[in-house]
Amino acid sequence: MPQTANPPAASSDLRNAVIRLAGNSQDGIQSVGAFLGQLAGTTAQEVMTYMTIPSTISGGPSIFQVHLGSGEVLHPGDRADTLVAFYQHSYDGHLNTLKDGGICFYDSDNVEELKEERGIIHIGVPFTSATIEAIGGSAKSRGKNIFVLGLLCAVYQLDREKMTEIITKKFGKKSEDILRNAMLAFDAGYAWPVHDIEHMPMAPGENDAPNRVSTDGNTMLALGLIAGGCRFGAGYPITPWTTIMEFLRSELPKYNGMFIQCEDELAAVSLALGASYSGHLAITGSSGPGLALKAEALGYASMAELPLIVVNIQRGGPSTGLPTSVEQSDLMQAIYGSHGDAPRIVLAPRNVEDCFYTALEACRLAKEYSTPVFILSDQAIATRLEAFEEPDLETHWQDPELDLSERGADFKPYPLDLLTRHSPPGARSSEGKYPVVTGLEHDEWGHPSGNPTNHEKMTAKRRDKLVKLAKSLPLPNVHGEKEGSLLLVGWGSTYGPIKEATDRLNATGHKVGSINIRHVHPLPDGLGELFDRYDHVLVPEMNDSGMYGYGQLATLLRAKTCNPKIESVNKVQGISFRVQEITDAAETLIEC
Amino acid sequence: MSDTTSAAPAEKLTKKQLKADHPTWCPACGDFAVLASFFNVVQKLGIPHEKIVCVAGIGCSSRFPYFVNTHGIHFIHGRALPLATGISLSRPDLHVFVFGGDGDGFSIGGNHLNHAARKNVNLSYVVMDNFVYGLTKNQTSPTTPIGQRSKTDPRGAIDRPINPMAQLVSSGATFIARTHAAQVKHMNEMFERAILHPGFAVVETLSECTMFNPGSFDDSIPRKGGVFDLVNEEEQDLESIAAAMELSQDLSPGKFGVYYETKRPTKNELEREWLADARSKVGDLSERDLLRQRFASMR
Repeated sequence: MPQTANPPAASSDLRNAVIRLAGNSQDGIQSVGAFLGQLAGTTAQEVMTYMTIPSTISGGPSIFQVHLGSGEVLHPGDRADTLVAFYQHSYDGHLNTLKDGGICFYDSDNVEELKEERGIIHIGVPFTSATIEAIGGSAKSRGKNIFVLGLLCAVYQLDREKMTEIITKKFGKKSEDILRNAMLAFDAGYAWPVHDIEHMPMAPGENDAPNRVSTDGNTMLALGLIAGGCRFGAGYPITPWTTIMEFLRSELPKYNGMFIQCEDELAAVSLALGASYSGHLAITGSSGPGLALKAEALGYASMAELPLIVVNIQRGGPSTGLPTSVEQSDLMQAIYGSHGDAPRIVLAPRNVEDCFYTALEACRLAKEYSTPVFILSDQAIATRLEAFEEPDLETHWQDPELDLSERGADFKPYPLDLLTRHSPPGARSSEGKYPVVTGLEHDEWGHPSGNPTNHEKMTAKRRDKLVKLAKSLPLPNVHGEKEGSLLLVGWGSTYGPIKEATDRLNATGHKVGSINIRHVHPLPDGLGELFDRYDHVLVPEMNDSGMYGYGQLATLLRAKTCNPKIESVNKVQGISFRVQEITDAAETLIEC
Repeated sequence: MSDTTSAAPAEKLTKKQLKADHPTWCPACGDFAVLASFFNVVQKLGIPHEKIVCVAGIGCSSRFPYFVNTHGIHFIHGRALPLATGISLSRPDLHVFVFGGDGDGFSIGGNHLNHAARKNVNLSYVVMDNFVYGLTKNQTSPTTPIGQRSKTDPRGAIDRPINPMAQLVSSGATFIARTHAAQVKHMNEMFERAILHPGFAVVETLSECTMFNPGSFDDSIPRKGGVFDLVNEEEQDLESIAAAMELSQDLSPGKFGVYYETKRPTKNELEREWLADARSKVGDLSERDLLRQRFASMR
């Protein structure tokens, strides 16, 4: 047989690995996940993470799950292949998330009682004492996360050299001591003799796109806003929105911009509208409860036709709800959450990478239609890591503009036949007449008017510009079968699990297609015709089925298309769909 | 956010240029005098027409922007100050004026007053205080005196009114004055000093509601037998919080004039300093290249 210089990866090589780290939030398990994610980005692998953070002030049980894949990775993993348990409570709480025959690494200094079940392979390693031994006396338990990182790198035969580079980049900035200790812990973990199992080398990554970056959704969203020309923002801290405002507060000044922390949500939206009125593209944001507080000013923005980017990082609700968990229950709030007939645009990113492009589109639409544009992300996208190709800024860049050109005699702030283009303060008026931007119903010149037909015309003006937008929107791409027995319809972060569910269903002989709707309001035209090509339409959503048995998007789709085939599958556990939950619901529907 | 300071010569505006719609206020409302005074001061100061912005929330007095021919924005109830903060911070070339009443400023927007003041946002704020909700037709306001009847307190107000001057003094505002709509000369002087003050300047202006609260401020109108008692600036330490608090203790009818005046870096200056510092570290890199660099660091 001829020898090949580069033999293909052995068939036994792993194509996917789901690793769940369970410990306490102060153990640095998030940074282990972050290191693995970053490594995937530089080694052509795909990655998606999932984490829970306790909403307590410090400490408490916490998990970080990493799904590494040689090919496409669409979800953080249903069940873990490997569990790393730092404590007895981590072991007890998460053993059931491990698949049958999976591997459990446990800290033999802390975990004492083991359950023999489902063929699970237990490997005890003294994370704590081995780390102390490696680093030296006073280390206490710090560094055991890096020890575990080394252990995992050895077990999965990950690129040791690149991981060393990443660790050096991260800790080298701090001090030589910290870097030395980290490397000692890493090397000790890497060298730890694991006798009970063979090493399980990951197959080489297949995503050879150049310049891949790895980061989380909130960071990508903020970067997209900068690329979209947004230079002024205001906010108030609330989880999980806060990291966007922290990022913009530090970053915007470098781009000649400004982000202001306000006394409350009402002030935040008002400051942003002040900047918008002044001619800048501005952003405010929050999570569910904060959006409720902003609602009055958002109605104003629709009425006064001011452009504004409004970010909502959804979490479990209502009220304080589940502050650190994922839910999609703010769709109706985003679309209708104000007073009066107050149309606005709502977009939903489907994954971390898409946050950037959704933010860019939001910036463009806000300016073009002079109206508030919501970006409806969620806790899962906001906090998880993914690796993907960095955006091409030659194509995707919008310079900030401030149009202070003189306005002529024919200037009207609210023309009935044209899109509103305000004259910001500082712009001269050739006739010497200056406009008042207002929340009172007004005529074309901005004068308050209670005239009945004027109100009807102006209401139609504000609505029709979005009707026009809807006609220009592309239909979402169909993944899988273009016609058949079932169309799965999702929005936001259910994209990954729905796409994988589609593939699995088609692999078992079904004819299934799926779409993810970015433009959730207004919805693109033509959805009704698309639905007609399938026997069933199923909408998985992370919100409740409500009084009438349908989730929030499903309700809207039924109202729009009058299609009685549209059904819902809902989940409100504060965690994302497992792929199997979707395939089960799909099969039940197809077979009934 | 580029700097937009224009070198255009400031023409002196005329009252005719500044007048817009005829005010919808009731006959003899105190707010007419406030409007006239504003016209006077703006004409005198020679601010470029297009650089003037009038901001208001909701209330009778908050209709102000419609009656002035300048750039204006009529916002929602209680949020005029944060909106104006957004204008002032993002556009340092503008002259931002905020107008409102006691309900807008001290009740529904009370929290914003404290924060705009402590941050020393560069703007001028005129509170037209009439001790009553007028636009909604005679309900108790945060400054309604105990015992005064309204539709929401038919037996007379029972809640202790707030002390606007004491609140302003403790808020951190850097220019605080009190004037009276029936005292035009004094009002002109207070407005002019407020506008020239760098930072958060507020003028509490007693402005009679002739419809629901007639005669409420007669005790400080000499021709109606009252006393218009001025702050003696020769003796008053204008930079003393304690002295300003002392002045604020008796407001019936109390003293008129500047209660407190000091210099402190404005929020506008502090934010711009940071911006300039951040930009200087970036060097000649374009904004787009800066973002490219940011992505490169995430590889």
